[in-house]
Amino acid sequence: MIINHPHLGPRDASEFTILGDASLINRPDWQAGDADDAFYTYQYLRDNPAGLHRELWFHEQGDRSWLVVTRDTVTHAVIAVALASDVAKAAKAKTAQKTAPKKVATQKTATKKTAAKKAAAKRNAT
Amino acid sequence: MRYSIWSLINQALTGNRNWTPVWREPEPKSHYDIVIVGGGGHGLATAFYLASRYGMKNIAVLEKGWIGSGNIGRNTTIVRSNYLLDGNEPFYEQSLQLWEGLEQDINYNAMMSQRGIINLYHSDAQRDSYVRRGNAMRLHGADAELLSQDQLCSLCPFLDYENARFPIMGGLLQKRAGTARHDAVAWGYARAADQRGVDIIQNCDVTDFLIKDGVCTGVETSKGTIRTGKIGVAVAGSTSRVMAKAGLRLPIESHVLQAFVTEGLKPVIPGVITFGAGHFYISQSDKGGLVFGGDIDGYNSYAQRGNLPVFEDVCEGGMAIMPMIGRARMLRNWGGIMDMSMDGSPIIDKTPIDHLYLNAGWCYGGFKATPASGLCFAHLLARDEPHKVATKLRLDRFRRGAMLDERGAGAQPNLH
Repeated sequence: MIINHPHLGPRDASEFTILGDASLINRPDWQAGDADDAFYTYQYLRDNPAGLHRELWFHEQGDRSWLVVTRDTVTHAVIAVALASDVAKAAKAKTAQKTAPKKVATQKTATKKTAAKKAAAKRNAT
Repeated sequence: MRYSIWSLINQALTGNRNWTPVWREPEPKSHYDIVIVGGGGHGLATAFYLASRYGMKNIAVLEKGWIGSGNIGRNTTIVRSNYLLDGNEPFYEQSLQLWEGLEQDINYNAMMSQRGIINLYHSDAQRDSYVRRGNAMRLHGADAELLSQDQLCSLCPFLDYENARFPIMGGLLQKRAGTARHDAVAWGYARAADQRGVDIIQNCDVTDFLIKDGVCTGVETSKGTIRTGKIGVAVAGSTSRVMAKAGLRLPIESHVLQAFVTEGLKPVIPGVITFGAGHFYISQSDKGGLVFGGDIDGYNSYAQRGNLPVFEDVCEGGMAIMPMIGRARMLRNWGGIMDMSMDGSPIIDKTPIDHLYLNAGWCYGGFKATPASGLCFAHLLARDEPHKVATKLRLDRFRRGAMLDERGAGAQPNLH
């Protein structure tokens, strides 16, 4: 199998190790009320599809980047490759968009923090 | 027809014209008491033990392809019970005992040959761990013997004892282990089950489960609807695909495992030998070919073929312990789809859906387990409770944290 690395071009799959399903990027919140169930599902249950499968590959013998490879498990054909960090960032941006009203709240806390910092700086000055 | 020396002589004298088909090819009925999905070794064994030991009647085995087309015809034929953990060892020892009486049970020559298995050790620490495993085996009634380098040398003079990287210091021997003819196991179980009235329906693809209010009442198949009291699913590498039709997600990934055979050679390898510092196991078939294998490829796969890096890795493992095989020519290799569970151990249990039962997660150790898997699954289907040697092979053990992690590799199937 040849994996077309976003930075390094086509590389042989033997340079990589595979961790498993790309859903492992989405680690559940350990403080959530249903963390027990969420971690059981996250850790142990798999879709295991026959066909397109998104999975995490680690370029161990190369630049040590994590990739999300979309591969056909019936033919072993590699369909798409992306940096796992990009995939994770895109997913975060999406959830941030969904929970857009919260942004105001984070800004408020940010201003509070800066205010606190200013106060601390004043104290230090005196 | 019962096979015996007399039937053989009789047929020989009459030109082999009167042999009858080994099993019937019935059309499916509209209702069965028990339906087994999957006509591989485990499914056929389940049907046989249901009929022979649990007195069940009106049983069908549904097979998508033909009998023996799956992993039962694609493995390296090794039979053994050298496990460590409490939840595993009694199960595999039960299996080995069933292997020992199998040919009489099913009146079929499975060419069971107890030629022994030797696990090589390459360091003091590994010797200690083999002593522990051997003791665990003996505590459960299996046989195990620790061989020193001298003892091993008299059995296998051809090993590379002075290997600079992995010197061979001795081995753990289980004499009662060995090999069996894999196709004959499928045919023998099929014939024996058929003789006891089990309908074996080939080319019958299960397309859906009939589930109402959390109770499974039948299956839709390519040959029509079949109603049934209970359904047992034993479909190995296809487990996730089939059970998804019942809406279940399972702690299983499907992976490809490759096996290799060389040209036929004169007898050279006495039993089964496994490498302790890498993953390599080898035996010699009765035809003379060296049959060997190693690790799974490591990525999810439903293709019954693997890739070359594992090919190379396996051959390097072989060369590390027995350089003499370096000049043997490889004749063929093939791949099979393994239902790798998250802790490397199997599952024989009920599912959250009533009357739907699951037999899966055999990783790459399904062949040796065939008889006990059939017996325990039959027990579960007939009695609705786990067999005493399969009490820990439960589906909910992952949620409970009661893993049976023989390898100690964690929840990553490609490391088991």
